[in-house]
Amino acid sequence: MELTAGVTTELNGAEITVRCLQEEGVEFLFGYPGGAVLPLYDEIFKQDKVKHILVRHEQAAVHAADAYARSTQKIGVVLVTSGPGVTNAVTGIATAYMDSIPMVIVTGQVPTHAIGQDAFQEVDTVGVTRPCVKHNFLVKDIKDLAATMKKAFYLAATGRPGPVLVDIPKDVQTSKGNFFYPQSVAMRSYNPVVKGHGGQIKKAIQLLMEAKRPMVYTGGGIVLGNAAADLTQLVRALGFPCTNTLMGLGGYPATDPQFVGMLGMHGTYEANMAMQNCDVLLAIGARFDDRVIGNPKHFFREDRKIIHVDIDPSSISKRVRVDVPIVGDVKDVLQEMNRQLAAGKERPDPVAVKAWWDQINEWKGRDCLKFDRNAAVIKPQLVVETLYRLTKDMDLFVTSDVGQHQMWAAQFYKFDKPRRWINSGGLGTMGVGLPYALGVQLAHPNATVACITGEASIQMCIQELSTAKQYRLPVKVINLNNRYMGMVRQWQEFFHGNRYAESYMDALPDFVKLTEAYGHVGMRIEKPADVEPALKEAFSRKDDLVFMDFVTDQTENVFPMVPGGKGLSEMILV
Amino acid sequence: MRHIISLLMENEPGALSRVAGLFSARGYNIESLTVAPTEDPSLSRMTVVTTGSDDVIEQITKQLNKLVDVVKVVDLSDGDHIERELMLVKVRASGKEREEMKRMADIFRGRILDVTDKAYTIELTGTGSKLDAFLEALEQGAILETVRTGASGIGRGERILKVQ
Repeated sequence: MELTAGVTTELNGAEITVRCLQEEGVEFLFGYPGGAVLPLYDEIFKQDKVKHILVRHEQAAVHAADAYARSTQKIGVVLVTSGPGVTNAVTGIATAYMDSIPMVIVTGQVPTHAIGQDAFQEVDTVGVTRPCVKHNFLVKDIKDLAATMKKAFYLAATGRPGPVLVDIPKDVQTSKGNFFYPQSVAMRSYNPVVKGHGGQIKKAIQLLMEAKRPMVYTGGGIVLGNAAADLTQLVRALGFPCTNTLMGLGGYPATDPQFVGMLGMHGTYEANMAMQNCDVLLAIGARFDDRVIGNPKHFFREDRKIIHVDIDPSSISKRVRVDVPIVGDVKDVLQEMNRQLAAGKERPDPVAVKAWWDQINEWKGRDCLKFDRNAAVIKPQLVVETLYRLTKDMDLFVTSDVGQHQMWAAQFYKFDKPRRWINSGGLGTMGVGLPYALGVQLAHPNATVACITGEASIQMCIQELSTAKQYRLPVKVINLNNRYMGMVRQWQEFFHGNRYAESYMDALPDFVKLTEAYGHVGMRIEKPADVEPALKEAFSRKDDLVFMDFVTDQTENVFPMVPGGKGLSEMILV
Repeated sequence: MRHIISLLMENEPGALSRVAGLFSARGYNIESLTVAPTEDPSLSRMTVVTTGSDDVIEQITKQLNKLVDVVKVVDLSDGDHIERELMLVKVRASGKEREEMKRMADIFRGRILDVTDKAYTIELTGTGSKLDAFLEALEQGAILETVRTGASGIGRGERILKVQ
């Protein structure tokens, strides 16, 4: 039965849901079956347009869909059952919400007559997920189902993107209704501003022209808004230094001479110093969070004008007061800035900008990322640096987990393109790395995907090695194994008198044997001289998932470091 | 500073909990909150009285606007507006007190809705401070029970909160 425009067809709720997914062009549905979604799974079984990916834990379904979205700009789609299916998914949903990832989560619910009766596998899904979704719906009437699905996809991808959840009780899945999928949707309560205010943009350009110590600071908004090319054009035309947040890496080419590295708690000395000492700051698609500017009071010791471009008005003047707010789609605003700059005759003051660059280059001379390249043990930085050297022409996708290895990956892997660096920035969710790699590999079957992780993080979702086997996803896992929850250990060393409370990973599995048990290839690397050959061998095994267990220096720390509550220029340096 | 914020929102189940959840999740104060459907049954109108610095109030209005169910937000404190709150108060009224209590209700333009030989139930409408003043004017022991609705507000003159 094919749908033609204007013709309605009577279907059951499960069929309608699956038809909606097909209408949206959903390629992969990441999920896990259960009682409250059996009618939906029955419909998935009967069709082959939407491919279902069976994970081993609902959290991983959401992470994989999240990474699919991050690496493609499409909407990630998840299907889980009621109760524990939903609560297991919450970590993934909150992760996506914090990083503004477009996602639709379909959940089964107990039948409408059982809602509120403490039924088996019942949880108040809309209530539990409310604080970590852009919006959510409980569909109680089959008549509302298709329109609600349309709204969910529309809300997820427009404005500031985010996860949207649709909760469908089992009796709605089995009841019959007419199916008509709307082509478009309009909501009187939801009209995100896209176009930046022309006058404000003009003011911004004027400020940039008058700057003596300008700085461009951009975040995940550039990646989400597909504005990397427009940003690069603007920054090059201006000749100003540019820094990216952890979420923004790849938004500006890291190998470009105007890039001063990542900023923030583990940002480069030059990026943080330039941020602190600039007189005009252009912030785009970034939100001045605590890991980026440290203590806002300290940040305001220096006087500077701030221009802030963001699609979400509530991101502007949330943590810092700004002088020129511009609400709009970052791509649209950047294009307008480029147009106005090209049309005008004014250019930045070359003498002042030259002096500013001299200062920045002096800061750069501090060589803040130096480490001992001749150490007898494997330095984690060496692994990432070698990985970059070997793969820089491969257009590699890199996912990471959360902790020290994440920071070293961000510092030492130079991302020249957006959507190549996939990590949990806002929520900082350990366990994302492996499911992220699977989501990316599914989205890009011909690409090479590496997951930089640690022995603590990887164990939070290690069961997904089984999913990788089922779908033959040959990701390369780089485990920086220091037998510690490294970042916890580092904070305990710096701020808790070397008392390493519960941060030692005792009784680790033999990762080589474990990987082999899942049907993959495992390697253990113990000597610095073996790092490069091991990586080469692993990446030459195109069809295998290779798990490289690098035994690294136990006490290495991430530098520079801005301690919590301190100012950006109060870095601990190596 | 005290602010009175009015919002129009889709009359959907759970809309109230989205607003209440936002205030608790972000640590904003709620002094009072009233909500009821409007003449258009698809819309609810809510009045929130809150306190905070200018920065906090700016964030509150932005965050409210960001809620997908919220159609429109206006900070009534930005201009001239009218505020009213309804209070029902049950007071002791026996013997000599009966006359005095009746007089007090008249002075504050209250209405006595229910009478027994020991108590009056008085209805009083006004700004929050007028209701406070009435309670203060009564002898503390005379108050048996009070219930207040929280403030509702509307702009003065041609100022209208409406969906375009």
